[in-house]
Amino acid sequence: MSINATPTGADVAAEETRRPAAVPKQRGGRRKPPLSENKKAERRLGLLLCAPAALVMIAVTAYPIIYSVWLSLQRFDLRFPDQREFIGLENYVTVLTNEFWWTAFGVTMLITVVTVAVELVLGMGLAIIMHRTLIGRGLVRTSALIPYGIVTVVAAFSWRYAWTPGTGYLADLFSDGAPLTERASSLAIIMLAEIWKTTPFMALLLMAGLALVPEDLLKAASTDGATAWQKFTKVMLPVMKPAILVALLFRTLDAFRVFDNIFVLTAGGNETSSVSMLAYNNLIRGLNLGIGSTMSVLIFITVAIIAFVFVKLFGTAAPGSDDGERR
Amino acid sequence: MADIVLDKVSKSFPDGTVAVQDVDLEIADGEFVILVGPSGCGKSTTLNMIAGLEDISSGELRIAGQRVNDKAPRDRDIAMVFQSYALYPNMTVRENMAFPLRLAKLDKETIDRKVDEAAKVLELTSLLDRKPANLSGGQRQRVAMGRAIVRQPKAFLMDEPLSNLDAKLRVQMRTVVSRLQKQLGTTTVYVTHDQTEAMTLGDRVVIMRGGAVQQVGPPQELYDHPKNLFVAGFIGSPSMNFLHAAVQDGELHTALGKVPIGDRVRRELESADAPRELILGIRPEHFEDAELVDDDTRRRGMEFEAPVDIVESMGSDKYVYFTVEGEKASAAELEELAADAGAADFAGAGGNLVTRLSAESGVAEGQSRRVWFNLEKIHLFDPANGRNLTLHEGRAAGALAD
Amino acid sequence: MAVETTTRAKLRWGLLDVLVVVFALVPVLWIASLSFKTPATLTDGNFIPREWTLDNYRTIFDTDQFVRALVNSIGIALIATLIAVVLGAMAAYAISRLDFPGKKLLVGVSLLIAMFPQVSLVSPLFEIERQLKIFDTWLGLILPYITFALPLAIYTLSAFFKQIPWDLEKAAKMDGATQGQAFRRVIAPLAAPGLFTTAILVFIFCWNDFLFAISLTSTERSRTVPAALSFFTGASQFEDPTGAICAAAVVITVPIILFVLFFQRRIVSGLTSGAVKG
Ligand SMILES: Nc1ncnc2c1ncn2[C@@H]1O[C@H](COP(=O)(O)OP(=O)(O)O)[C@@H](O)[C@H]1O
Ligand SMILES: [Mg+2]
Repeated sequence: MSINATPTGADVAAEETRRPAAVPKQRGGRRKPPLSENKKAERRLGLLLCAPAALVMIAVTAYPIIYSVWLSLQRFDLRFPDQREFIGLENYVTVLTNEFWWTAFGVTMLITVVTVAVELVLGMGLAIIMHRTLIGRGLVRTSALIPYGIVTVVAAFSWRYAWTPGTGYLADLFSDGAPLTERASSLAIIMLAEIWKTTPFMALLLMAGLALVPEDLLKAASTDGATAWQKFTKVMLPVMKPAILVALLFRTLDAFRVFDNIFVLTAGGNETSSVSMLAYNNLIRGLNLGIGSTMSVLIFITVAIIAFVFVKLFGTAAPGSDDGERR
Repeated sequence: MADIVLDKVSKSFPDGTVAVQDVDLEIADGEFVILVGPSGCGKSTTLNMIAGLEDISSGELRIAGQRVNDKAPRDRDIAMVFQSYALYPNMTVRENMAFPLRLAKLDKETIDRKVDEAAKVLELTSLLDRKPANLSGGQRQRVAMGRAIVRQPKAFLMDEPLSNLDAKLRVQMRTVVSRLQKQLGTTTVYVTHDQTEAMTLGDRVVIMRGGAVQQVGPPQELYDHPKNLFVAGFIGSPSMNFLHAAVQDGELHTALGKVPIGDRVRRELESADAPRELILGIRPEHFEDAELVDDDTRRRGMEFEAPVDIVESMGSDKYVYFTVEGEKASAAELEELAADAGAADFAGAGGNLVTRLSAESGVAEGQSRRVWFNLEKIHLFDPANGRNLTLHEGRAAGALAD
Repeated sequence: MAVETTTRAKLRWGLLDVLVVVFALVPVLWIASLSFKTPATLTDGNFIPREWTLDNYRTIFDTDQFVRALVNSIGIALIATLIAVVLGAMAAYAISRLDFPGKKLLVGVSLLIAMFPQVSLVSPLFEIERQLKIFDTWLGLILPYITFALPLAIYTLSAFFKQIPWDLEKAAKMDGATQGQAFRRVIAPLAAPGLFTTAILVFIFCWNDFLFAISLTSTERSRTVPAALSFFTGASQFEDPTGAICAAAVVITVPIILFVLFFQRRIVSGLTSGAVKG
């Protein structure tokens, strides 16, 4: 677009053709002028303010994960420190051909898939209740926050005693005795404990999405003759999609880390170990740093793959797409 | 109280945007000056520089004869009212209004007295103990005004103070602002986007575009004698009609017929680099139903016939929209104005003619009607630079002037 | 229809409310109930104790094991919270108000860390901390806590900071405030609720941790309560540690209940505002 001259200042007639300087311009179409002092100072301040947080986060995660790759390439058992040597990928072969690993991996996957699926449904229900209930909203929200806030280990003990024969109020629910000593029922209880603990968090994330659904849109849908179910699927779900994806991603990765509940409920007995449990056992109980680190690396890779799949499947709706917009 | 002088004041932002360019402006003691212009033209930036909230890149700012470029806002003794009101949400109305006085370390009784006085003027007395969150838009606006007036500053700066109010409240608050300013006699610089406010409130209006001042003057002068296309199009509601006009054989060929021109304009057009195409500007009220024009008046203008599109009866008069054929007037200014107003409001350059006819006119939708317009009141603009060619020594004299 | 909303719908919502409340509270009430039972009635399977006693609480507060763990828990969580909130506030301020290169990277990195499998750090941190001689110390736990709390702090605080009407800073300056006064009297009071909420969330996170607490400690020196609970077996010579474990569990649940009771609104807004934009 060419801008015509505009007379400026007081004496219009004498004024030569002049380009108004701040003609409306598009964001992003800006050419980059050399940075002024002001701008440089702002950048410096920004970096300075972020540096401590960034340094801590990187020092405590990036370095150890690299170090653990290094450890995973060694035979390194703290009980036999003399035998420490570089053995390449041998640890990986050991772990990946070990049936305990695969059992634990299967258990972890099962727990992840089942709990996240159930939590999504329950969480959605809870979110709607917390968001729309006509009475006692504060009470419901307060109650829902208790599972979120409570120490997982505490809740796990509560579940453990609830199912302990003799002690627990739930133990007699199934006639054949001790549910925590059988694999299937143990896994079910672990999942129950996980779901109880984390559904409220899921619900809160979903509630953030619910709040984005405009009331008017729901009213419009009602007048258009939509049923409650149609309103939910056709109006609310599409608007909530980003929030749902965020909640799913976070909960999936979180569920994959399941540890506390298993530790307290079964200590991994009856083939109920998760990968985290197994890695812990190899390290702290077995003091085998080489194998423990190998498992750490494998878990890290698995989580990275899950995250990657999520982002690929759902594109940029994933969180963190900060637009950097200034206020 | 004080006068404010801007001497070649410019502002360029760190990212290279030149928001304000060489603004010269002298605001007299006690004067009420309006800064108006489309969004992004640099009004707020200018105001913020006067306030001391933005550094001045070049030029000089003097308040009461003193150079204040490097003074902090707190040392300039100026109060400001923000578009968002900027009330402190954690303080009550009383505390909000007392805040500047407390910072000035006045004693408690004086503060209370001053706050009570200001609250009375603005009818806020019963709201003094409320938090801003519990106030309506109009009430918040009054608190913002109250906070500005309590400490009797040298000047008031207001940045679109009414634009967050609904239409009715805006009209109401406009009179409050106007009365208050007259009562206090404090120098005031008032930024607005709304040209009704611009026309009705101030002693003088400054029209800005792209960081530069276009014209400064009393509202009526800007309305009657716009220096250029931009000012002509910006001031007035509904806005001025703009038509394409080709210069041919000492006449103007337009969609309304051939428009004769007087000696003065002809002389202007004789020079070698004179434009061959012009933009003809006519305000809606300079049209009239041809049937209602007496012979004496008829001689000062000309007539055309066009199909009636829409008739809006306002009671006192009628807005009649005609469809006219022919090339559309085009200039950067017109595009900009249309973009700013939202195409719906700015019909100026479209194929539509907006006219304001007497209430007695029997015009009806769908018919074709003869319409007269006043040649002494029309304006001719150079599309290349927007200059008003009918302007002579600052006065517009129509196309026929000798 | 309006009449129906007031009675039937209210009843329906009321029922759902009750369901949620029961679902949320039963496990908590159960462990509290166990903690008040006498050794004799402990195994009667009754949900409500038939004989009430405070003996379990006396027992745990008499043992060094629990008191020491409680001190560790409180100290470590408070210090980690303080540091994480301060560092997080600095970064969040920069993210929400300043323009600088690497901003997106920082947001991305903190997101990655929020998703990081913590168990992957257990082995290397175990070894690194042993070499640095911070294994089984407060610092050894505080460091990973800060790290994993920072993403939470940064997200929550950025969301809060973006809501602060920074115009007020200008208004305060126009009212005659210095930069310092504008910050102290106008911005700080507005930022405080956000900081406070974030602190609660971070504290809950640190208070909750079990994996690091059990992997990076080996003695009572720095073992926190969640980790210590599982060592209650036998150590206190009582035949059955259940009562003591439950009493200890109730003690560390009290602060959570208090937070939730008094700051429900803030916690909800903190968790949801951070979630809307990631
Ligand atoms: N902090 C800033 N950095 C860069 N450009 C800015 C800044 N503030 C305003 N601008 C630009 O300066 C111009 C004038 O802005 P402003 O004075 O706010 O206009 P308005 O007349 O609408 O009040 C606009 O183009 C705007 O984009
Ligand atoms: Mg503005």
